Amino acid sequence: MFSIASSASDSLFDELWQLQQQVDELFGSWTSSSGGIRSLPRGSFPAVNIGHTPERVDVYLFAPGLDPKTLDISIQQNLLTVTGTREIPTEEQATYYRQERFSGEFRRVIALPEDIDPDRVHAKYRDGVVQIGVERREAARPRQIEIH
Amino acid sequence: MATNTEITSRDSSAAERRGAGTAERRGNAGEPPIRPPVDIREDGEGITLCADMPGVSKDRLNLRVDGNTLVIEGTARLELAENEEALYADVRSSVYQRTFALSGELETGKIEATLKDGVLTVRIPKRLELRPRKIEVQAS
Repeated sequence: MFSIASSASDSLFDELWQLQQQVDELFGSWTSSSGGIRSLPRGSFPAVNIGHTPERVDVYLFAPGLDPKTLDISIQQNLLTVTGTREIPTEEQATYYRQERFSGEFRRVIALPEDIDPDRVHAKYRDGVVQIGVERREAARPRQIEIH
Repeated sequence: MATNTEITSRDSSAAERRGAGTAERRGNAGEPPIRPPVDIREDGEGITLCADMPGVSKDRLNLRVDGNTLVIEGTARLELAENEEALYADVRSSVYQRTFALSGELETGKIEATLKDGVLTVRIPKRLELRPRKIEVQAS
């Protein structure tokens, strides 16, 4: 009886796992299922996407309605730390039906690839997205070797 | 950079725009749209709705009233390099969509909206004659 129940639930998890694997294959290597040890559960504020090219790693933080001056971005070796505050004032006189938007302090720590150059970082804020570009070290970039 | 956004009736280019946005983000076609988190509050004069839609600019926002339904749609666009590949993604769709049913006492023709730093604010006034009035109690 128990074995039947457990095998049924196992197969359900198997299916979910396979689905996750398929999603992972579609969307690339790092994903929530094999996420970094510092990654936060999905739905945490701000959401993060990371993209890379041979020259650069780009971190996108989906942080709408911020004053960029309140953002603190620091990088130590390959660890990027972003802290900030988004205070949404509550209007005392109004009746609230929904308050789904994040309000308060946040902190995200993101492990970047090892070959980044922490001295060459730039950040900008546009349409509520913080884009942090970190250059990779020259030596780590792929080079074309010519045959003479 | 607050900008007023006209409330338009059906926007025929919405579908095209959405398609374009999806292509720009690459590889996420078919992902269900993101339901943006909202705050909704009511005061004597009307209802205010705020929605988080990071990455959406004014020209990629589509806000309309369809019958008695308020439809919020937008497409996020990130500045990606030509050869950029995803390493990690919390956000796997570039399309936002959410709808709300409006009630009869709201003045749908006088909705105002602003979009600033990825936050959409929609103000829906109540009809003038339906705003709450203070009822004086007469001493008998």
